[in-house]
Amino acid sequence: MTDTTHKTEGRPCIFTRACGVTPFLTALAIAVLGYTFVFAGDAKAAGGGIEYKNVEWTFDGPFGTFDRSQLKRGYKVYQEVCSACHSMDLVSFRNLSQPGGPEFSEAEVKVIAAEFEIVDPVEFDEAGDPIERPALPRDRFPAPFPNDNAARASNGGALPPDFSVLAKARPNGVNYIYSLLTGYEDAPAGLEMNEGMSYNAYFEGHQIGMAPPLSDEIVEYEDGTPMTLDQYAKDVVAFMYWAAEPKMEERKQIGFQVILYLLVLAGLLYFVTRKLWADQH
Amino acid sequence: MSGDHTYQPSNAFTRWLDERLPIMGIVDHMMDYPTPKNINYWWTFGGILSFCLASQIVTGVILAMHYTPHVSMAFNSIEHIMRDVNYGHLIRYAHANGASMFFIAVYIHMFRGLYYGSYKAPREVLWILGVVIFLLMMAAGFMGYVLPWGQMSFWGATVITNLFSAIPYVGDAIRELLWGGFSVDNPTLNRFFSLHYLIPFIIAGVVILHIWALHVPGNNNPLGINVKDKQDTVPFHPYMTAKDGFALVLFLILFSYFVFFNPNAMGHPDNYIRANALVTPAHIVPEWYYLPFYAILRAVPDKLGGVIAMFGAIAVLFILPWLDRSAVRSARFRPLYRQFFFIFLACCLGLGYLGAMPAEGIYVIASRILTIYYFAHFLVILPVLGMIEKPKPLPESISKAVLDAHGGSASANAAAAPEKR
Repeated sequence: MTDTTHKTEGRPCIFTRACGVTPFLTALAIAVLGYTFVFAGDAKAAGGGIEYKNVEWTFDGPFGTFDRSQLKRGYKVYQEVCSACHSMDLVSFRNLSQPGGPEFSEAEVKVIAAEFEIVDPVEFDEAGDPIERPALPRDRFPAPFPNDNAARASNGGALPPDFSVLAKARPNGVNYIYSLLTGYEDAPAGLEMNEGMSYNAYFEGHQIGMAPPLSDEIVEYEDGTPMTLDQYAKDVVAFMYWAAEPKMEERKQIGFQVILYLLVLAGLLYFVTRKLWADQH
Repeated sequence: MSGDHTYQPSNAFTRWLDERLPIMGIVDHMMDYPTPKNINYWWTFGGILSFCLASQIVTGVILAMHYTPHVSMAFNSIEHIMRDVNYGHLIRYAHANGASMFFIAVYIHMFRGLYYGSYKAPREVLWILGVVIFLLMMAAGFMGYVLPWGQMSFWGATVITNLFSAIPYVGDAIRELLWGGFSVDNPTLNRFFSLHYLIPFIIAGVVILHIWALHVPGNNNPLGINVKDKQDTVPFHPYMTAKDGFALVLFLILFSYFVFFNPNAMGHPDNYIRANALVTPAHIVPEWYYLPFYAILRAVPDKLGGVIAMFGAIAVLFILPWLDRSAVRSARFRPLYRQFFFIFLACCLGLGYLGAMPAEGIYVIASRILTIYYFAHFLVILPVLGMIEKPKPLPESISKAVLDAHGGSASANAAAAPEKR
């Protein structure tokens, strides 16, 4: 230990200390930029170079949250349109009332679930036969097809992907799915379309097995929101992103607290370190 | 452990303990361990790496409580963690991003060693143990990425395990052993899970050796000259603990940004698609931290040659202490080596970029040029520099250099800084 007593004048080390921190911060900056660079290049390569439409989502950015009524509308679009072909195996009815989601009331969720007749996934009755009963909040969303082959057979050989994590399973997923849903066009003259395929500006190869799923006025909104294709697409994509990241709001909120704490701690440690080292030069 | 530390038990209990297990002496040595007073913030990554290992083990043990290593259940069990386990999403994101942060830190740590010549005598064993840890980290990271059983998990595992079949005579047998069968399947997932849980504890063991090998010669420092006397050093605690603590918190802010606000930025979207042996992804890319080595693998047109080059790129690090013949450690006093260090850094970053690009056209040609340069740096440039380079004069001692630099760079009152001790 040092026994410094003759510290006579101010602190001569500010500049030196700053020099010490700079490379560290530079390293962090290089790391972050490096990542973004590699990741952006990667995403572009995977997207086939097509620019997606860019929507301003309420859940973007560090403070973004979900719009409850948008999620409720999105659920309606999913249930009335998409769920005819697309499963959502990982989502349960009870999730609809959890904080950070559409936040239906528990009573509403019971009603929503009871509309579905399901075969109990675990229990059998006393005779050993499967139990058919109305769905309960604890049950998963029922799938439209019993298995992949059945799904393909009903969809001209194409397999409608499960929606549970789909918004995370494509590069720039939310903008991609929105672009796809609003990207149906007439095929350019001279392009030979395959049987049963539709032209989509954003689908890789442009020939998609899914017929245009949405159109104006197809789903009844009761809250006065415009019943347009564009609005339906935004609402269902928001719902899909919530389904893929149901804990997003909790995560961001804790993150805000953690980073605030770390910033204060870093400030304190900076001054502790500076004071401690002041006599070492 | 070396050093002149003398531990005196201060009470009856520690006296009793010291006669039976002198562990307090080691703790005491750790606290008093003399560190060169001039080491800069690049030296804080050792402590940061210890934190990363501990964090990976803690989060990993918790994840293992909820994860199911079975091909039909693994993907859903990860989503169970994300959806139904209390704070499971944070634990999983901390573990997945923690792997990336671990590699950021280890690469900075290694390049710091390269720049300041920390691998040279008497620290060759310290460096070699570090390369062993790096290899183990790569194995652990690879196997961990397979566990979610998404598309990149499955196809990454397929590509990497197939590499071993290039080994003459025993290649196929090794590959079958890795697979536990004749393709990547449930036995593969099970053994990877088992090994993924094991390797971190082996790493922890080698880290103890690494720290032991550090404490015998002591830290290198930015000047690369030996510590001469007590004036050149400060005790580890509180000086380094405070400084390392500050650096760690800065690092944690970056870590937190990824975990809380951009948790999937460093993962591949395809890994949210269940593994499917019948659908091959358009581009199979490994995790970012393997990209330079992946680029080297693909640069060589021959399969066995590519595998040899890829492992050779790490193997060459083992003999680095004997390839660099210069007696001067720090690049500060090696004007030529300093230039080549930065070219080499750019070469590695370039290889990383190329590893993420498709293996076609100009990318392959660029990969070949950079691969040749990578090996030339170690096998040609370093030995030649050792012979022809004229190093700058070295300072007399660390404490003198610190005082000189101080007087030169700061304001006038710096000159009044009194001699300490």
